[in-house]
Amino acid sequence: MLRYTLRRVLQAIFVMLSVGFISFSMFTFVGDPILHMIGTEGTAADREALRNALGLNDPLIVQYVSFLGKMLTGDFGISYRLSMPVSDLIVERLPATLELAACAIALSIIIGIPLGIFTAIRRKSWVSQGILMGSLVGVSLPTFVIGMFLILIFSVNLGWLPAFGRGETAMVGNWSTGFLTTSGLRSLILPSIMLAFFQTTLIIRLVRAEMLEVLEQEYIRFARARGLSDRVIWFGEALKNTLVPVMTIVGLQMGSVIAFSIITETVFQWPGLGLLFIQAVENADIPVLATYLVLVSAFFVGLNLLVDLLYYLVDPRLRGGQGAPK
Amino acid sequence: MSDATSPRRGPAAALSRFFDGDLWYNFRTSPLAVIAAIIFFGLSLAAIFAQFVAPHNPFLAPDLMDGMMPPMWESGGSQTFLLGTDDQGRDVLSLILHGMQVSLFVGLAAVLLSVVLGVTLGLIAGFFGGVVDAVIMRIADIQLSFPNILVALLIDGMVSASFGRATQAALALPVLVLAIGLSDWVQYARTVRASTLVERRREYVQAARIMHIPSVIILFRHILPNIMGPVVVIGTLGLAHAIIAEATLSFLGVGLPPTQPSLGTLIRTGNDYLFSGEWWMTVFPAVTLVLLSLSVNVFGDWLRDALNPRIGK
Amino acid sequence: MSALLEIRNLSATFATRRGIVSALSNIDLSLAPGEILALVGESGAGKSLASSCINGLLPRNCRISEGEVLLEGQRIDNLSNKQMEKIRGAQIGTIFQDPLTSLNPLYTVCQQITRTLRAHRYISDADAQKRALELLEEVGIPGAAQRLHAYPHEFSGGMRQRVVIAMALALRPKLIIADEPTTALDVSIQAQILELLRRLSKDHGASVILVTHDMGVVAETADRVAVLYAGRIAETGPVADVLLRPAHPYTQGLLGSIPSMERKLARLPQIPGSMPGLTAIPQGCAFNPRCPRTADVCRQVRPEAHLAGARRVFCHFAEELAS
Repeated sequence: MLRYTLRRVLQAIFVMLSVGFISFSMFTFVGDPILHMIGTEGTAADREALRNALGLNDPLIVQYVSFLGKMLTGDFGISYRLSMPVSDLIVERLPATLELAACAIALSIIIGIPLGIFTAIRRKSWVSQGILMGSLVGVSLPTFVIGMFLILIFSVNLGWLPAFGRGETAMVGNWSTGFLTTSGLRSLILPSIMLAFFQTTLIIRLVRAEMLEVLEQEYIRFARARGLSDRVIWFGEALKNTLVPVMTIVGLQMGSVIAFSIITETVFQWPGLGLLFIQAVENADIPVLATYLVLVSAFFVGLNLLVDLLYYLVDPRLRGGQGAPK
Repeated sequence: MSDATSPRRGPAAALSRFFDGDLWYNFRTSPLAVIAAIIFFGLSLAAIFAQFVAPHNPFLAPDLMDGMMPPMWESGGSQTFLLGTDDQGRDVLSLILHGMQVSLFVGLAAVLLSVVLGVTLGLIAGFFGGVVDAVIMRIADIQLSFPNILVALLIDGMVSASFGRATQAALALPVLVLAIGLSDWVQYARTVRASTLVERRREYVQAARIMHIPSVIILFRHILPNIMGPVVVIGTLGLAHAIIAEATLSFLGVGLPPTQPSLGTLIRTGNDYLFSGEWWMTVFPAVTLVLLSLSVNVFGDWLRDALNPRIGK
Repeated sequence: MSALLEIRNLSATFATRRGIVSALSNIDLSLAPGEILALVGESGAGKSLASSCINGLLPRNCRISEGEVLLEGQRIDNLSNKQMEKIRGAQIGTIFQDPLTSLNPLYTVCQQITRTLRAHRYISDADAQKRALELLEEVGIPGAAQRLHAYPHEFSGGMRQRVVIAMALALRPKLIIADEPTTALDVSIQAQILELLRRLSKDHGASVILVTHDMGVVAETADRVAVLYAGRIAETGPVADVLLRPAHPYTQGLLGSIPSMERKLARLPQIPGSMPGLTAIPQGCAFNPRCPRTADVCRQVRPEAHLAGARRVFCHFAEELAS
């Protein structure tokens, strides 16, 4: 157990160091930070002074280490565009994105897993064929098109739900939440559906494929030979075995939900990290870009680690005993 | 000499084998795949010959008096503009045809880039192993921790930070191809590496090695033809991804400028008028985009099942 | 003594891309209570399929096209899946070849046994666990109390097969189908598992259908044997008769190709050719192209059963060969 965990943690650290390096390189080699900070008016001497003050004349490795040190203490630099500490911007925007992502993930799991199971155990039925065809259409639909049509139907034509923004939010400590107000909740519906759409189609196809594979296993045949009913075989014997690998991939998908929310937030003018990021891309706001990169990968690596450990808890074969894991 | 040891085929023989084979039979008997293929080729032809097929030239100075005309079957529509006009009086149908040309070009070029990059790196990693393999696969792992769209956005952002927005507009097309292509090579590399690891131990590779045939030739002339099946499948599905990625980036405003409209750009400009009722400016390009990616996806889905009998019915 | 199981004129077919293919053809078998019947044959002869016809676990593209299967005088081949669920496990226990893949890796042995018990009767948690422990003890798992809550991967191959047997016999079925129960095991463990099967069948008065390709296993364990070839029965009868004085040329060939301590031969004899695929079964006697005794009649007419004492032999020259 210890060795396994240690290896995973070391891998995670390696990935984070690499991402840190990429993000550091962006700072160092792309564009000139001095130019961004004092503009073209400053004299050469001014610039040189600032270079020294910022440590830009130190050897690269020293700069990298001090960059990592700053990142670890939450100092992500100053946004070129907004002249605000990036950390403040992040803290302000993070709740919006996390709430949206959480809703989308919950939605895709609640819809995707049952539909995936259904299409696997009733694979010949018309409903299953329909769901599968629908999921293929879902994969082919660009998410922004889905968002636009949701707005067109539910906001413009029917006028049921708001088309942009978070609605009213309430502050819980430093966290601004949309969960506590009606308008906040109503505003969450359309963006969550849009963000969940692609993930749901993915989960349906994944669960179906896994479940079909499991149902072909010998232990399922043996279970049938012992007279277990279909219901017990599906939900007692096969389900857990199906969900173990699904869990891994769904875990990894959560990381990408954060990044996919860039598109959702643009369509719905949702004031989260994604919108911040897209504005940073348009304005070449390197500190924000670099921080976003580090943040998303930290989130991803953290999830990865969590999924690995969860795997370990669910699958007894990994927990030692005589038999080696296959 | 070497040809005798590796299972190679001449193009003519391959063609006749193809039409005799299970794959063609399977294709002919899958109505969905046939429909998808017909739609895709129809759209592609229309896009390739947009200059001749399109009823108007949208790049000539348009008449602003013709602006915002609805499709011909709505009241206020005109026979001249089948699907209506945009805010500048440009014919929507012609814009779509030209936009599709750009979208398809970017999609194909990006897939080509990721296939070349991914297959080469995958072959090298699988064949040589050791440090080279470790380095390539670690890079792949790290890139996998970011969704493609984010990688593409970052590449785009860095280019514009390096050259400034103005230059970037002129470079938009190559930058877009680069961003999408670079963001999608990993899955090719992983698949090819796995197959190469298997092929490497086969007799024909051993024989070629004993004959001191250079590694490059073994890789590309002997191993490559034997592992192209999955690459073709991923490539087909990848084309749909690339077309969607292009549209998404253009929609997000970091893709092509409005003067060089792709389907994504058209949807983006049309989106501003969605609330005021000029739906045709968005809906028609969006439907075209969906039709394009859906037909490629359906075809790719069929191809995957057909080439992989284990998943079959 | 009335038969526990009777198979009458059973035929089964596969639906393939190239049409309907016959897999079993006109099988007649009966099994007395407490009897151990071995089904032997090469792989593809239809012995596993015949056992699947009994418990109803046929492959998806296979169906019974003709004949009937009776358990204690009741037809079971035409029951619905729901009705068969009640019979499987409770009246017919099945043991598969590979104990590694027969157990669900994610549940403890106890969970899997109690689930089987609960599929058939109402039983409290505590009682089910007590019963599970008794079953593990009965099949000879050392330290059963400690290992009750272990996962399958924590048992060795032989122990796992014992667990599988405990599960299959949890409800004391009158009929046990053992489909190559020792093939995947070490030779040293095979004898123990066969001994266990014999003992349990004797203790509970259960009949066993033992599917195997191993004549040694047949000789050691079974009372009666049926030799299958290309989906048809070649010869059936008491083990001693069939093994010592085989009447069908195929059985003779099969037994001739087993190495023996007594006769030392430079080279083991073998039957020329190989068993035909299901799509290419020859007319007349299925064995005729490979048979040393082939005559014109063998190529034209499918042989009927010839009674020779307690034996039935499907060969035109049965009387002649048996003597």
